[in-house]
Parts: sequence; C-alpha cells; structure tokens
Amino acid sequence: MADPPKFDKKSRYTEGRGIAGAFEGETVTRRRVMEGGAQLAGLVAISAIALPGLGFALGPVFEDTIPTRWQDVGPEDDFNDETYVARVINLVPDVGDPGKTTVYVRRFNPERDTTVDGQDDQPYVAISTRCVHVGCPVRYIQASQKFLCPCHGGVYGFEGQVEGGPPVRPLDRFYTRVTGGRVETGDRFSLNSHFERFSPRDPSNHLDGLWQYLYPSRPTT
Amino acid sequence: MKLLRPSPKRPGHDRGNGRDEKNGGGAPAKPTTKDHLVEGTASTIGWLDERTGATPILRFLLYRKTPYTNWYYTLGSATLFAFLSQAVTGVFLAMYYEPDPTRAYESASRITNEIFLGELVRGMHKWGSTVMIILIFLHMGRVFFFGAYKYPRELNWLIGVVLLVLVLMMGLTGYLLPFDQRSFWATVVAVNINASGPIVGPYLADFLRAGAEFGPTTISRFYALHMLAIPGLIIALIGAHLYLVVKLGTTAPPWLKAEKKDLLTEEV
Repeated sequence: MADPPKFDKKSRYTEGRGIAGAFEGETVTRRRVMEGGAQLAGLVAISAIALPGLGFALGPVFEDTIPTRWQDVGPEDDFNDETYVARVINLVPDVGDPGKTTVYVRRFNPERDTTVDGQDDQPYVAISTRCVHVGCPVRYIQASQKFLCPCHGGVYGFEGQVEGGPPVRPLDRFYTRVTGGRVETGDRFSLNSHFERFSPRDPSNHLDGLWQYLYPSRPTT
Repeated sequence: MKLLRPSPKRPGHDRGNGRDEKNGGGAPAKPTTKDHLVEGTASTIGWLDERTGATPILRFLLYRKTPYTNWYYTLGSATLFAFLSQAVTGVFLAMYYEPDPTRAYESASRITNEIFLGELVRGMHKWGSTVMIILIFLHMGRVFFFGAYKYPRELNWLIGVVLLVLVLMMGLTGYLLPFDQRSFWATVVAVNINASGPIVGPYLADFLRAGAEFGPTTISRFYALHMLAIPGLIIALIGAHLYLVVKLGTTAPPWLKAEKKDLLTEEV
C-alpha cells in the first residue's frame, strides 16, 4: 500500500482553528510569522544599541587597568631588616594625589620572616598600607612593631599578619627587586594567613580554606 | 481646581431670546472685565481639554475619596518635595561642578567659597539629602504602623523598598563627589564593603571603581550614576508609586472602625 500524498490529510491544527487564508497543513499563519519576524527585528535593533552600551559600562571589569610598573623607592642603603621605611609610590597614573599610596619597605629578615610560599625570591618586603578590612590606610608604629588601622581597630604584626580586629588576612605586599643598587616595587599581591601568594584581591576578601573560592581572581588584577 | 468643575454659566448665555427674567427681557447686560477673564480662561481650558482629554485624568488624580487622615499622611508628599528640591539644586550644582579627579575638589570648594549663593545651594543639596532619607524612613514607619502595606497595597510597598535602596545609592554615589579626604576614604570603605560579597562582590567593586583601583574614571562613573542613571529610575518608580496610590486609594488609620462610614468616605 502506497503512502498517501503528504498534504492529503487534513491538519488538525489548521482545521481546528479555522485560520483564515491558511494553507492546508499550515500550523503557523503567515501573519504570525511576520509578527514574530518584526518582533525579532526589534529585538535585534534594541540589542544593537543596548549591548554595546552595557559592554562600554562594564568593560573595565574585564580588563587589567593597572599596568605593571616598577617604581624606584630608594637605594639599598636606605633600608634595614629591623624596621620599616615609609615610601610613596604612584599606584594609578594620571589622577594626581588620589593615585598615590604609602608603602612600608624593609629588607627581608631570614631570622624573623616567614617565607612567602616557602621561597625567598623577594629581597625586600614592601607592605601595602591598605587595610584588608575595608581599605583604610594603616600606619606602622615602631615602638610596638605593629601596623594599626585607625578606622575599625585592625592590628597587624611585624610581618603584616593579623593580630587583632576585623581584618581577614595579612596585609598585601608589592613585589620587590633590586636594580643597579636601587630597590624597586612592582605589582601588588595578596597573602592568606599561611603566607601563600594570591593575585591581588580586594580588602575584606577571605583567602583561607574554602573562602578563597568565594573570592575569585578577577581579570582586572 | 474650581476650573476643573463644570463650567459656569457664561455671560450672554440667554442673549437675544427675549425671555431673560433677570433683565426683565430688556437689552442684555454688557460683559464686564471679570466676565471677559472668566470667559477667556474657560475657553483656554476648554481648548486644551478638547485636544488632550485631560479633565477625566485630572479628576481621577485629584478628586478621590479619602478617609479621615492626619499629618502623618503628608510624609510621602514631603519626601517627594525633598526629591524635587534635590533634583533642582542638583541641576544647578552640575553647572559648576567638574567630575575629574584633579578638578573635583577645587570646583566643589569654588561652589562653596566663591560662587554667589553657591554655599546655600550646595548646603541645600547636602542637608536635603539627609532630610530626604529621614523623611523616607518616617514615611515607611507611617505605612508600617498604620498597616497600609497590606492587601492590596503590597506591590506599592515593594516599589517603595526599591525606591529606598535607590535613594541610599544616591547617597553613596553623591558622597564621593566633593572629593575631600572624608568622602574619598568613606567611598573606599563603601566600595570595599561591596567587594566583601561572595563571588559577585569583587566584580561589583570593579564595576564601581572602573577597575581594580580608584582610577581616572571612577569619579565620572559615580557622577553619571548619581545624576543620570539612578534619578531616572527614581522618577520612573515614583510615577508607578503614585499611580498605585491613586488607583488603590489611601488607607484609613487603623483606629477608625469600618462602620463610621461618614468618616471613611469624607471627600477632601
């Protein structure tokens, strides 16, 4: 027995709806297709404006806005391994004073220092003054050998480890190197309480244990 | 508001029919200046109404049955007035303010110290922001304690909550703009509090700062959010909020019993 012709059978869709002007077997009318097409065209037109605008606003979230710059902070003779020397570096170019920040620099002290990641590839320790609670500037007090934060009472020890208050991890550091007898600081990096190195994180981001997965590395750093 | 009521009998209405009782059927009275004014105003309004259909809309908006109310019911209008005051003073401040990290502080202090009445307008904007937030919380307290958030007004409560969040965002973004030590560090702290949210927090902070650190475009970003994006949303949601107030009516205070119908249906 031969199969019946394809459109011989009455379509239950067309028949049931009584759609005017529909060809036999049509489940969607031409009018509906045109409507859908017009709505799709409208969607494309709106997206063509909205998506670039949104990307324009969100772009900086996905690019590294702070290029690596090595900055001279003084000759090696300026620094020792028992106390910090304050130096000002320019963190963000072209914004004037808001782009500057203080770093506390001293020579690496093999007897007192925990090595970062078990390596001592950093000849100097350059500690960021950005409190890792919510970002106020900390100050080093030589008499007690502690970093103190004025805002919410964070206290850090000689190596920047948390000794009290709300901070969630040790103070950030900057990479250091010595070029031609002069000390230079480079990019920021973050540490967890075991002095394991992380890409720079915002203050308030925990980095111990499972917390580190809740505060991922971002494209900007 | 009288102008929206049915138009008065116009002068000369009965002119020439010879049956005007008041004038004893004599010559019609000459229209006075007052008659001309009334006639002119009425015809102007009539012209507008014929072309816009505004009268039924205004009747719907303004002639509503309201229950017995008290002064606490004015807190929402007071908040609206505070918003309008912020909008007007904000527009004028924007004429002198420069959202650039190297110019912001100088231009803000120029507004305060050198420009005529600048101190007053900046002060109105600064203190007005605090007043607005206080008024919002008082308004919210009135709605809460009078039970005015209940059916069918839940949606209006939700819109109000979104408006509250938007106004707090206005406070946050506006606080950076004077760009002095206090506003700079307060905003650093605020952005880092945003960064403390798990997973999305760091990205949100990057969005607010336009990068990993406070950079050259951070302040213009805050400025754009403060004077364009958030006010637009606020205006739209105020419209929705007021529409629902008009549509659903005002709640009676909780101490009014339903049987006191004369109080509940008093027309204001």
